[in-house]
Amino acid sequence: MGVFTMPSLGADMEAGRLTEWLVAPGETVKRGDIVAVVETQKGAIEIEIFEEGTVERLMAEVGQSLPVGAPLALIRGAGEAAPEAPSEPAAPASAPAAAPDPARPGPASKAVPATGIAASPAAKALAAARGIDLGALTGTGPGRAIVLADVEAAGAKPADPRAEMRKAIAAAMAKSKREIPHYYLFHRIDLQAATDWLAATNAARPPEERLLMGALIARATALAAHASAGVNGHFIADGFRQAGSVHLGIAVALRGGGLIAPAIRDAHLLPLDAMMAALRDMVARARAGRLRSSELTDGTITLSSLGETGVEAMAGIIYPPQVALVAVGAPTPEPVAQGRQVSVRQTVTVSLAADHRASDGRIGAKFLAGIDRHLQHPEDL
Amino acid sequence: MTDDDIRAAYLVALIDVAPDLSADGIGPDDHLQDDLDLDSMDVLNLVAALHKALGVDIPEADYPQIATLALAVPYLARRLAA
Repeated sequence: MGVFTMPSLGADMEAGRLTEWLVAPGETVKRGDIVAVVETQKGAIEIEIFEEGTVERLMAEVGQSLPVGAPLALIRGAGEAAPEAPSEPAAPASAPAAAPDPARPGPASKAVPATGIAASPAAKALAAARGIDLGALTGTGPGRAIVLADVEAAGAKPADPRAEMRKAIAAAMAKSKREIPHYYLFHRIDLQAATDWLAATNAARPPEERLLMGALIARATALAAHASAGVNGHFIADGFRQAGSVHLGIAVALRGGGLIAPAIRDAHLLPLDAMMAALRDMVARARAGRLRSSELTDGTITLSSLGETGVEAMAGIIYPPQVALVAVGAPTPEPVAQGRQVSVRQTVTVSLAADHRASDGRIGAKFLAGIDRHLQHPEDL
Repeated sequence: MTDDDIRAAYLVALIDVAPDLSADGIGPDDHLQDDLDLDSMDVLNLVAALHKALGVDIPEADYPQIATLALAVPYLARRLAA
């Protein structure tokens, strides 16, 4: 019997609010199934399960705010028999000790529940419905019990999603700048061959099948990252761990502000058209607020494009626990010397922010040169 | 198809791509990228939506000609008449 818990969706996440169950007790689940939707600082995220079996019992209710690690459901493994009635003890005992048990909704009407928080039944019901942690409130009722008015006062200011996302970005970036010794490299790449190839390719295609330069750059970055040591992976407690696959995080700017960097899994294996389809799907779902939990946690390196009409270059901030971020400036025509001739060619400045604990400038330079090399042969991408 | 029909189709496609925009708030000279903050993926999605709605396949070289409502309406009218 396994306990499915609230996943951590990044170094910056502490809690999430369960907004939807997509499975019911008795249903079978397999690895990768989406079982619930959780509202986080990064918007609504579809939560995947990584166990196989049957949903024995749901242990959290819609509306509850739950810390990372809190039990969500009990999963019976494929070979396990259904438990004898009476069923085993409630699973919160197996939850991480650090997780405070939030006020549980339900029929309980005792003034002092097991959590030790005195609250009226109406206060508890409203707190559960709004996902408010009773433990964080100060009661004004008899014996300092929390009454309805206290919960209403706490819930009076609904969280502003943009402010919440800004907090999430602030937490992750502050952690990165505190802990990661960044170094930065900048490299100007001649993009004329890729530009010409792209124009010729797209001229023969209807709009639905056209490619963007962003797809070529993502492909070149994934291939170069896969072949490079020290830039693709995670830095965790015992040091840098090189990843075997490239799960390419794509920084997506959200309209109205904010940023999220979901990962395209196994990006080094995606041919150009598949990469374009993955980018299109990822951007649409990021904007609609329908990303999956694994997409927020699996990234092994991030690519940030500043847009076609943007600035020339950016010194980026690494998204921990990753160790590298590639930023692409706006492509512009520039005079380029070729031998003794000067011609105007489309160019782009690509930068690398890398973790000095995992690589040195020499390795970072080889990685950027690899991106450059791939972009000189767009027909092979 | 009248200019008003084309204008309406353009606005429907644009708001589908950028749902936070409202048809009333889009001026004739608002630029897709500079004023309305569309990125290259949004512009491609808009071109695909116009292809579906009007049957006009806009080549990449002509993207600047749909950059504002004031430019797009006569351009699309010409392409529809051709």
